[in-house]
Amino acid sequence: MGDFRALKDRIAVVGVGNTAYGSFPETDDYGLGAEAFRRAVEDCGIEKDRIDGLLVCRVPYYARMGQILGLNPRWTISLPPHGRMSAMGIIEAAAALHAGLCDYAALIYTNIGRSRRVNYGGDESPGFWDPWGMTSPGAAHALMFRRHMALYGTTTRQLAEVSVAFRHHAILHPDAVMKKPITIEDHETARPICEPLRLLDYCLINDGAVCLIMTTRERARDLRKRPVLISGIGGREAYTDASIANFDLNFWYEEAQDMARQAYGMAGVGPGDVDAFMCYDNFSPTVLFALEGLGFCGRGESGAFVEGGTLRLGGKLPTNTDGGHLSNSYMQGWALNVEAVRQIRGECGERQVPGAEVVQFAAVTPCSRTIIYTPG
Amino acid sequence: MSATTATATPAKPLPTLDPVSKGFWDLANRGRLSVQRCDDCGHRHYPGAPVCPRCLSRQQTWEPVSGRGTLLSWVRFHRAYWEGFAPDIPYVVILVGLEEGPMMISNLVGARAEDVPIGAPLEVVFERATDQINLPKFRPRRG
Repeated sequence: MGDFRALKDRIAVVGVGNTAYGSFPETDDYGLGAEAFRRAVEDCGIEKDRIDGLLVCRVPYYARMGQILGLNPRWTISLPPHGRMSAMGIIEAAAALHAGLCDYAALIYTNIGRSRRVNYGGDESPGFWDPWGMTSPGAAHALMFRRHMALYGTTTRQLAEVSVAFRHHAILHPDAVMKKPITIEDHETARPICEPLRLLDYCLINDGAVCLIMTTRERARDLRKRPVLISGIGGREAYTDASIANFDLNFWYEEAQDMARQAYGMAGVGPGDVDAFMCYDNFSPTVLFALEGLGFCGRGESGAFVEGGTLRLGGKLPTNTDGGHLSNSYMQGWALNVEAVRQIRGECGERQVPGAEVVQFAAVTPCSRTIIYTPG
Repeated sequence: MSATTATATPAKPLPTLDPVSKGFWDLANRGRLSVQRCDDCGHRHYPGAPVCPRCLSRQQTWEPVSGRGTLLSWVRFHRAYWEGFAPDIPYVVILVGLEEGPMMISNLVGARAEDVPIGAPLEVVFERATDQINLPKFRPRRG
């Protein structure tokens, strides 16, 4: 008791499912969530009524979701619609399963932001600095990237490598939203939204849902597919400058270093062992900050590190092989965790990383979290 | 935390005046920039808070500061999230590190952002938004 590392290899993701991604005004959050759940149940072959834990994120009302799915669990958590919640939720579910608070947990994320015309800024998300015109998470990342450029000489052409690599992966993914190839020049000439960031630095907003089913390693043996184990976890928040939402003057470097120490130490691996990297990418600069903070490259060196296709399939560090938030789908980290599971299972077809055994998810945000997945 | 006022022309969002922030805007009306200083431990912070984030004391005072700082970063908005900002786009938002420690988001006046390097010295100037609100902005420091 009392040491998070006791969770090492104890909990498995056994089922994953996702809806198509796009614009689905004919349905709603619950319709999307139910479809993702149905597919995850089918994926692992569990009897639905054995699920006794329910975690929902961006679902309006957890109890209505339970009603629709015919579940009366003994453990429920409802998380707010923030991108940083996916690995937070998966880690909470792992702890609950390990503690015996539930035996099988279904984690459901839904998003109907496209059909609802959600805006991430202005009066829809009021903030302290609105009187000066400062709003939106994209602007916070622009503020950080400008500073990164000034401190380290990072260029927008280097930043473009992130968007270009992920678009390449999305083209290989049957469910991805964005299918048109892009080049560094396309990135450089895209419409500016908040300089230095342009349209191709911004994530999509689309409808869809994702579901993961988790249980203990022992129970996982009775299900259909090879379990994928949670071998390392880490986390650290940065709230000191929270009045500037989604911002950190030092690119969350110390926090990412801290969570990397936790997760790599627990899993007994290092950045050099990671076969595929799933990186929360609400805006492209976040990927650079994560690469530095986790130690894939030195501090300030991420621009040079990503040059020449490092993040592409076949490159040194295949990253966001599903296309990420920039080109696959805005499932706020949840779909990237599903992709991690599918990579370890070898289910990724054209976008499969051969022999992927260590796959890491990370979100470098005001609540940084990372999870290291390995085969069970 | 912001509020827009109903006027004939589209308004920009205004700061919220509450028991914590009132002292800041009272001083701003007199052309003084301030940060909240803890009477017990001396910690300086901005925005204001109901207790000191370091020692949790409720005894805090808005203390005038030098108005000097440095440019930490800047961005240029090409999209207006409020109608009131539509005539201004593209407009520049800056991040300032005050000499006394806290950071503030503001706007740059009197210079093009491209001409002001990151780390350059700035000084506060005030631009009146309403009878109640005098907004602090920053310009390159002279001399």
